[in-house]
Amino acid sequence: MDVAIVKYNAGNIFSVVNAFKRLGIEPILTSDPAVLQRASHVVFPGQGEAGNTMSYLRSTGLDKVIKSLQQPFLGICIGMQLMCRHSEENDTDCLGIFDVDVKRFNPSVHSEKVPQMGWNSLHQLQSTLFNDIKEGDYTYFIHSYYVPKCDFTIATTDYIIPYSSALKKDNYYATQFHPEKSGKIGEQILKNFLLND
Amino acid sequence: MLAKRIIPCLDINDGMTVKGTNFVNLRIAGDPIELGKMYSDQGADELVFLDITASHEGRKTFTKLVERIAKEINIPFTVGGGIHELTDVDRLLNAGADKISVNSAALKNPELINEIADKFGSQVCVVAIDAKEESDHQWQCYLNGGRIATGRYLFDWAKEAVSRGAGEILFTSMDHDGVKNGYADDCLRELSDNLPVPIIASGGAGKKEHFRDTFLIGHSDAALAASVFHFGEIPIPELKDYLWGEGINVRRTL
Repeated sequence: MDVAIVKYNAGNIFSVVNAFKRLGIEPILTSDPAVLQRASHVVFPGQGEAGNTMSYLRSTGLDKVIKSLQQPFLGICIGMQLMCRHSEENDTDCLGIFDVDVKRFNPSVHSEKVPQMGWNSLHQLQSTLFNDIKEGDYTYFIHSYYVPKCDFTIATTDYIIPYSSALKKDNYYATQFHPEKSGKIGEQILKNFLLND
Repeated sequence: MLAKRIIPCLDINDGMTVKGTNFVNLRIAGDPIELGKMYSDQGADELVFLDITASHEGRKTFTKLVERIAKEINIPFTVGGGIHELTDVDRLLNAGADKISVNSAALKNPELINEIADKFGSQVCVVAIDAKEESDHQWQCYLNGGRIATGRYLFDWAKEAVSRGAGEILFTSMDHDGVKNGYADDCLRELSDNLPVPIIASGGAGKKEHFRDTFLIGHSDAALAASVFHFGEIPIPELKDYLWGEGINVRRTL
């Protein structure tokens, strides 16, 4: 199994590398299109801002590479948002793998702080990505923007409104939460992703 | 629903965990990685590792420790202590920390908060504030682990820190710390109700009820504690079951 992690200008990539190492897998951190194309699984992690990361992907041609991949692909956090059509964050056109637009949380009461930071529960689970995961299990989130519920939604979470905490289309998976920081539940989700071929 | 967080804090001196009472009288409480893993398995939501070493050698030891923590621990963790400038932040985030916490350095040079937020994002920037209620009932901020009064006041400073880009405020009441009589909930409530970022309560946990109170009365988003966890006085699973029973949304793992 060759797991490749897309190397680009987003933070928090090492924690994804460490998470795979804990599962006994030595992932390759790369921005080389050939290596990405050859990998058995590709992970697109991150923490960052949509405008900067999108212009970096365009300037390096990684945008086209990502859209052309056929193997199981997992976007995490900003990775998931960049896989959508457009983000309200700096009015950014994104990759368009998921035909849905990313919105900013709009709190109505003071206790709804933005960003959402911490553990929240997963519901309406609808994918093999969530094998052995229970309704209501918690994962770790940090985000100010969200993907509304749509045809690609495979899990929902409630913060201010119910939104998509995971998406799937063909070989493309995405999670708004950070499986690499979500304890045993997160480890199980990464294992489930690797079981896809 | 977003869960209230329970955060064990590990004070690290030369690679070992220690815990003081009222910032003095340090006692050894074990190996940080072992403790961190144990807490993570028990359902801690995050961990904080504070470097209280003064020496240059000790700082290097701490950075190595952060690398090991990042490899072995699968929940988010914050590191603090000894952060003076942006290069320190860079070093610790590169070692694998999810967030960094700044305290004295931010009070001395508030611009540091802007620099961290601009370069790495507000989500990595926790501003820790140690304050003490003075005879005029104003909460004054203190530097260097509570040794030097600053003439700056808690609510003004917290507000400024957030406007400069702090993603969370970790407030320690020096009057409550180590005394185990509960958190400074009135003060925490004022912070939480007036600031748009999460507030972490610190200082004063002695009983399970204190955690309940800081969530229900103090409106805290997270509660940090050290010795009640290190010395096994309050097991985390038991604490979470109790809080759940009190109607507080917490993440239970066992």
